Amino acid sequence: MALDRWVSFIILCAALAYGYAAFFTMDASLPPFMQRNPIWPSTFPKVLAVLTIATSLFILLGFEKAPESDQEPDIDYRRLGDYHLGQALTLLGLMVAYALLLRPAGFLFATFAFLSCGAFALGERKFHILLPIAAIASFIVWYLVDEVLGIFLRPWPFFI
Amino acid sequence: MIEGLLIGLSAAFSIQNLLMVIAGCLIGTFIGMLPGLGPMSIIAIMIPVAITIGDPSAAIILLAGVYYGAIFGGSTSSILLNAPGVAGTVASSFDGYPMARKGQAGKALTIAAIASFAGGSIGALLLMIFAPMLSTVALLFHSAEYFALMVVGLSAIAAFAGTGNVGKAILMTLLGLVMATVGEGALFNMPRFTMGLMDLQSGFSFITLAMAMFALPEALFLVLNPKRSAQGASGKIENLRITKEEGRKIAPVIGRQSIQGFFIGVLPGAGATIASFLGYAVERNIATKEEQEEFGKGAIKGLAAPETANNAACTGSFVPLLTLGIPGSGTTAILLGALIALNVTPGPRLMIDEPQIFWAVIISMYIGNLVLLILNLPLIPYIAKVLAIPRNYLIPFILFFTLMGSYIGQNNATELLILVGMGICATVLKFADYPLAPLLIGFILGGMLEDNFSRSMQLYDGIGFIVDRPMTLGLLVIAVLLVVIPSYRARRAKARQEGVAEGD
Repeated sequence: MALDRWVSFIILCAALAYGYAAFFTMDASLPPFMQRNPIWPSTFPKVLAVLTIATSLFILLGFEKAPESDQEPDIDYRRLGDYHLGQALTLLGLMVAYALLLRPAGFLFATFAFLSCGAFALGERKFHILLPIAAIASFIVWYLVDEVLGIFLRPWPFFI
Repeated sequence: MIEGLLIGLSAAFSIQNLLMVIAGCLIGTFIGMLPGLGPMSIIAIMIPVAITIGDPSAAIILLAGVYYGAIFGGSTSSILLNAPGVAGTVASSFDGYPMARKGQAGKALTIAAIASFAGGSIGALLLMIFAPMLSTVALLFHSAEYFALMVVGLSAIAAFAGTGNVGKAILMTLLGLVMATVGEGALFNMPRFTMGLMDLQSGFSFITLAMAMFALPEALFLVLNPKRSAQGASGKIENLRITKEEGRKIAPVIGRQSIQGFFIGVLPGAGATIASFLGYAVERNIATKEEQEEFGKGAIKGLAAPETANNAACTGSFVPLLTLGIPGSGTTAILLGALIALNVTPGPRLMIDEPQIFWAVIISMYIGNLVLLILNLPLIPYIAKVLAIPRNYLIPFILFFTLMGSYIGQNNATELLILVGMGICATVLKFADYPLAPLLIGFILGGMLEDNFSRSMQLYDGIGFIVDRPMTLGLLVIAVLLVVIPSYRARRAKARQEGVAEGD
């Protein structure tokens, strides 16, 4: 089964769960006076659930044939290994680490580490250029956001 | 209208707003030039900045400037590197890049700048004429018509975005609508579909979603396939002048394409990309035989046509946004989200309630075009140096700015994890060839669609409003036709190709 049909299968499952919530569980907590309304909080979701299930089935069962394009796709997911998959995954990991470290480690350190590790993962080895640029960039962004725009960003780690 | 113009002039010519236009155009040009970053990603990254400014007119002026700048910057990299930064400028590389190869890079950039300027200014003039007319009509609309109009807009976007696979585009739109129902709605005062999670109480954040849908997958694609960020040291750019004769040759092209591009831009779903391809095709078809030979080998007409059309279409796409509050493209949908975040509701009342915003935007379009012409033309050789930023530095910075953008809006580190998660989902969707713009537009329009639907349900005590109001019914029929006809035609074309059926 091609990836696009797997995706529609996942969406179908999500839509079934969504529809179940809309049709069977949501209305239980509705106060009696609201039950006299022509529209309930679940009305629109019910419509959406039915339409989404129908459309995802339409794709899943292959009613729609994609037009054959002679253009080579940007990235062929079947040969994902041929691309720089490791680099992409490392960067995603770094983003998660950044999200977890931002509060405890402080903005300046976390950003400096993210920028230099990101460039390192992509193959940058000239540290005498990379490290100063990362440090200056983190400080400039912190200054702009915290001092100029007035949005608080904790600059230092939690123990300072 | 004169009164409105004066209000707009006084608002747009404040020092702050002038700086916004200039800053927006410059930022847009710089980032738009980088291959792989489209106007949608750039505007998404700029939104947190715009929202913190606080003044809605200044914010939308900044974002509109970024939009224009991005389209202009995209054409610079199309011409110099044959690596369009923006889908709307792909057609510019057909003739622009051959010109640059022939050593006429300077001339090509000048033609691009002049054509963009003319397209943008004529577009702004048409916007000034048509937007008030349209918004007078729109004042007659009821919530039922608004509901139907949004359905038309969504189905038009789905029909255009998924050329050939309308089903996927519709599925994405529906997914966006579904995501919009998560959280606490204004009408019901009860949390829906939050699964008891506090973080979902206020729904998904629109900025996070915009970043995750556009900026993040594009950056990941750049990492995966280094060829996408084709880089080359650009040579010296000189000889920016064009001759009088060449000017006379491209003038009628610019005139025609400004008008055609504008009206294509007004249509929901069709944007700068379609306008530029159509403009190129039309000009090639009506050119003389000898000129047709030139197209694709460095014809100035072939460069002027898409450049004019894409800028005029950008302006045109503001018409439905400002008068109906319904975005016609992904980029204007992001602008709509930014406006709502600033407590401004675009729509027919905008001109009456907050004329200073409406007119300031229009006036600043002129200023933006002037800035692009005056500032960018002499700066082009220097701006082109951005293309030499090594990708090892570029990509971490793009990722960092997406993270920052979604963190600033919420000041919540969990938001960053949601961003990464949704970004991965968006990348998978992109692999599977699902269009992402309909999802975001569905998400942005979802709330309004439900509100108008609920209001008409309450007014008519049931679903009867669809039959009672002929205009609503008419619009809904159009919406269905928009979706059904393309897939029907595609099916028939396929059947004919296989020699199965020959109808009619």
